[in-house]
Amino acid sequence: MTKAKKLSLKQNYTMLTKGLDWEPSYQKKEDIFPQLSFEGIKIHNWDNWEDPFRLTIDAYWKYQGEKEKKLYAIIDAFQQNNGQFNVTDARYIQALKIFINAVVGLEYSAWRGFTRLGRELGDASPRIATQMQAIDEMRHATTQTHAISHYNRFFEGMGNAPYQYDHAWYLSIPKSFFDDACSAGPFEFIVAISFAFEYVLTNLVFMPWMSGAAYNGDMSTVSFGFSAQSDEARHMTLGLEVIKFLLEQDPDNVAIVQKWIDKWFWRAYRVLSLVATMMDYMLPKRVMSWDEAWTIYYEENGGALFADLARYGIKPPRNAEVTIKEKGRLSHEMWSIFYANRDVVGFPLWLPSQEEMAWFSEKYPDTFDKYYRPRFEYWQELEDLGTPYTNSTLPQLCQVCQWPCLFTEADDPTEFVHRETEFDGEIFHFCSDGCHQIFEDEPKKYIQAWLPVHQIYMGNCLLPDADPSSPDFNPMAEAIRYMGIKPGVDGGLFKDHSDAKNWEKWTERPANIHQGASTDFVRKTSSQNSK
Amino acid sequence: MANSKQPVFIAFQANNDTLPIIDAISEDNPNAVVTEMPAMVKIDCPGRLVIKRESIEEKMGREFNLQELQINLISLSGEIDEDDDEFTLFWNE
Repeated sequence: MTKAKKLSLKQNYTMLTKGLDWEPSYQKKEDIFPQLSFEGIKIHNWDNWEDPFRLTIDAYWKYQGEKEKKLYAIIDAFQQNNGQFNVTDARYIQALKIFINAVVGLEYSAWRGFTRLGRELGDASPRIATQMQAIDEMRHATTQTHAISHYNRFFEGMGNAPYQYDHAWYLSIPKSFFDDACSAGPFEFIVAISFAFEYVLTNLVFMPWMSGAAYNGDMSTVSFGFSAQSDEARHMTLGLEVIKFLLEQDPDNVAIVQKWIDKWFWRAYRVLSLVATMMDYMLPKRVMSWDEAWTIYYEENGGALFADLARYGIKPPRNAEVTIKEKGRLSHEMWSIFYANRDVVGFPLWLPSQEEMAWFSEKYPDTFDKYYRPRFEYWQELEDLGTPYTNSTLPQLCQVCQWPCLFTEADDPTEFVHRETEFDGEIFHFCSDGCHQIFEDEPKKYIQAWLPVHQIYMGNCLLPDADPSSPDFNPMAEAIRYMGIKPGVDGGLFKDHSDAKNWEKWTERPANIHQGASTDFVRKTSSQNSK
Repeated sequence: MANSKQPVFIAFQANNDTLPIIDAISEDNPNAVVTEMPAMVKIDCPGRLVIKRESIEEKMGREFNLQELQINLISLSGEIDEDDDEFTLFWNE
């Protein structure tokens, strides 16, 4: 019996992707692929597209299947072992609320975006790569939901993710980012997501933050994180391939691609700023600071990437130097805003402990003691007096990234950035030069932004059963209810939150490892232990 | 191939499957720096990092398909050249 010789990886991939397409005879190519020309990108030869991973369909299913088995074995073990009570403390769990409510929606949007590309791109090889990516993105949305839904059985704020993603004011930051990309042309979408978002920035979430999740005992989350990022490694490779392919096809593409890199690097950086806060403030035990992570993953690894692309005439993204100037301030500025607005967010807030402030002083020697420690110490005094500081009005949002205008001037950490411009008789506000520049380039797109705070003030965020004419109508409580956030349950101060109380009741350990027990459940246990 | 010294990296889940892979990579790439973090091992190398099927097979004592790297991979950075025998990460400039 003779056995046919196995094809090599390269032969196998070529068989899959080349020569399978046909030349249409009774329809025009531009009618079949109608979105390929309006962005100004010129493609002369789709055959030059090469996926370096050369993943064939059989290999894709085989290895994805193995990854899933590994992942679900870990999730099962975690759940059977009551792993949700073995994480460092109940503050860690608050970060998972950001994950389920913000990130899962991004994954789902990515699935939508890539299925569209799997239809629209002009050759079998990129269509296969983007279809595989679409399946990956759906896998991420489902595995993340499965892993976190276990926590939802015990803790607040995780049971209404798709609704909150579409309604909560601070979740419009990630949502508007992906909607912005999905409403762009196919080439802009792939540069935005595969390159600017995935290649340049997602390592920050899925490497140091996930390693931090493991360090805090959350094997379930780290496993879906690493499993997702292993797909991401393929996506990033696709992103780099896309950039090289576009740049090599026609010299006219360079300026267009550069503009997209500038725009989407800034958009993606603003979205991922959430991770700065999650790393520095929400991991009770820390692996590295945001400052260190930005230095490694953007300045060093991103620097290598842009050095490599310089041969095509591509420059590092506009405003990259601002991100480096902001890295010592970002997480502190953002945590301050969340703390001050804690009654309208879906997770409770706390002030950093003495131990944590000592860590910040060490990790942020140029900024923390000078700008933020005095603020947190003052806020701690107010909390101790029973009159905690809180914002009584809603924040001004940036028209482009939809963050509150919370960021400070690149060269002056004591001055808030506030840019504005007039368009068509209206004034628009921005958190940064980066967002202002993006608006100026496409004002007619960004004037359509659905800004939650504006919508609340315009009376557009009310559930059908709300009655503004009733005497006890509370507009803020109604707006929170509209956002899918339970007033008096989801936000507020951590020490008063039901997650903190239940944690101590169920685990007999402090809900905040640095502040000792705040309920009798822990005290009782420790006094028994000492007898 | 150009002489870039810009860092490439690859990161794997820290587990028993990846121990021989990391050993093989370290031996084949004398400039590689291995950093252990919780649940994760990151290998940085200036300019170019080569992962050889034969070296991994030697360490594992069994046949190894380089595409199996996907199972415990976390992330990577650099341009990729992959065939049946070698998986290379590199920068041109």
